[in-house]
Amino acid sequence: MAALTGKDLTLRYGERTVASGLDLDLPSGKVSVLVGPNACGKSTALRALSRLLTPSAGSVLLDGSPVRDLPAREFALRLALLPQAPIAPDGITVRDLVARGRTPHQRWWRQWSGADESIVDRALAATGATELGERTLDELSGGQRQRVWIAMALAQDTEVLLLDEPTTYLDLGYQVDVLELVTELNREHGTTIVMVLHDLNQACRYADHLVAMRAGEVVAAGRPSEVVTPELVRDVFELDCQVMTCPVAGTPIVIPVGRVKHTAGEVHKGSAKSVTHLTKAP
Amino acid sequence: MTLLNVKRTPGRVGWQAGPVGGVLRPRLAMVVLGALALAAAALAGSVSLGQFTIPFADVLAALTGTGSEDAALIVLELRLPRALTGLLVGCAFGLAGALFQAVTRNPLASPDLIGVSAGASAGGVAAILIGGVTAAGAGSYEAVPIGALAGALAASAVIYVMAWRGGTITGYRFVLVGLGVHGVLGALTSWLLARADIDQASRAMVWLTGSLNGRGFEHSWWAGIALAVVVPVVLALSRPYQLLQYGEDTALGLGVPVHRARMILLLAGVVLAAIATAAAGPVSFVALAAPQIAKRLAGTASVPLLASGCVGAALLLGADLAARLVFEPIELPVGVVTGAVGAPYLMWLLLRANRLGTGG
Repeated sequence: MAALTGKDLTLRYGERTVASGLDLDLPSGKVSVLVGPNACGKSTALRALSRLLTPSAGSVLLDGSPVRDLPAREFALRLALLPQAPIAPDGITVRDLVARGRTPHQRWWRQWSGADESIVDRALAATGATELGERTLDELSGGQRQRVWIAMALAQDTEVLLLDEPTTYLDLGYQVDVLELVTELNREHGTTIVMVLHDLNQACRYADHLVAMRAGEVVAAGRPSEVVTPELVRDVFELDCQVMTCPVAGTPIVIPVGRVKHTAGEVHKGSAKSVTHLTKAP
Repeated sequence: MTLLNVKRTPGRVGWQAGPVGGVLRPRLAMVVLGALALAAAALAGSVSLGQFTIPFADVLAALTGTGSEDAALIVLELRLPRALTGLLVGCAFGLAGALFQAVTRNPLASPDLIGVSAGASAGGVAAILIGGVTAAGAGSYEAVPIGALAGALAASAVIYVMAWRGGTITGYRFVLVGLGVHGVLGALTSWLLARADIDQASRAMVWLTGSLNGRGFEHSWWAGIALAVVVPVVLALSRPYQLLQYGEDTALGLGVPVHRARMILLLAGVVLAAIATAAAGPVSFVALAAPQIAKRLAGTASVPLLASGCVGAALLLGADLAARLVFEPIELPVGVVTGAVGAPYLMWLLLRANRLGTGG
């Protein structure tokens, strides 16, 4: 099991500084979720954790040792990443794509093996994508496609899995599907999961460890039930809300108060009236 | 040796023999073998057929030094060096096209279009004009490949340096800069041609179309050495080559040294294209079409590397044979045939793929 830590990170895209002095502590064997408003640096932080972005200062530690010192291949054996919008050549079959996840395990003399074969089978089965094996990626629905990409990350067979907004562009059913899948992976194999999510309620429900970020800084971190309060949400998202308890999972649910005050009945009446008014007008 | 999954995925057969293992794609292997067979047939045809047809037995006799002197002259001095040059140049164009297209993830990125061939053209034409080639004179024809090579390498260096940003080169930027360089050099070539006298200009036009006429062993040597140096480098990077056709983040996440591999592979493509163009002129379309033809025949999602080289060799040599024979005794520059035959063939493949609904 592996813990991922960011120490005093300064993250830059060119001249633009996204974060400075950022400390992240992501516990081993848990599901950690980064949340925050757009452009708060959560995806950038994930890129730094996965070595896609080299910090201008500070360091990322995997189990206490700096990831910068690890050879690229060795790092890929320990940590897998599902990028936000992964790209594959058109017309690739699902099985072929998932097989690419084995890349860091391969050598030039051993580009495939029986072990690779069974791990790919297992990854396809775990994501419910076995039946899709011979289909091409462009024939699949968004949800199926995301499952296949997760299968590829699973085939990499790492202790740590990073996912950058894995539920974006998926409808609600698929979103839950993907989050359940990732959680199962964590529960069954103890894989350390770190993901960026947009939906605060989903984050509260699936995170063991929630990290709320704003403007490149960590505002709060901990168990969702302990850190999610109306004050925190106002602080991070500039949103007035009430925090209630989810009747299913017992985790916090954030309900925005909003500016427009109304009750269901009033809305109905009001809109009906305006419709009548409109139809009467010449 | 154990075959791991023949029944489930016949198109992609994994195998393992102790510590060694790999993936066999039967259809891709068929394409490679088929293209090699075609290239071999074209090679045999090229040395045997022509104004004086030499039976194949006599060709073999000439090769072993036991045949007649006439046959030996025609085979060893004229046809074999030309055919070998065609074979190697075609292979180099095919590989260069595959490298550019794969690394930039852009099927239009071929040396014909992104400045490398334009550099060779400008250099070659400059050599023809400045080198003092007289109306009669093949005297400084030697200078043309050198001028072309210098032009291609100079153009490539400019593209490479201008595309360099932030410690790396992105495929998109490489293509854009290449298009710009292509335009500038095309203008330079036109200006040189406009200044030339009619004999020089017509000679230059033949070279610009791409021709294997009069190519000797020195040309095949050049192409052969380039291939011998570059191909092992490229093969050593064959897995990064494959994964560069995925997104950069995906490739990096799989531990592929993306930036280094991309720069080396682009450099390899540049060298191959430069040498090939220097030897045969900027033959149109082979580098563009060979990888796409290979990809469609093999039914692979990514651009296959070796198959592209083999298809390129078969395409160029077959085209040269046709260029010599079809309007005999008038000989067409090979570039005319590659454009006239290769382009419709590629379009047919595209149309068929769309009709079958398998996409681009």
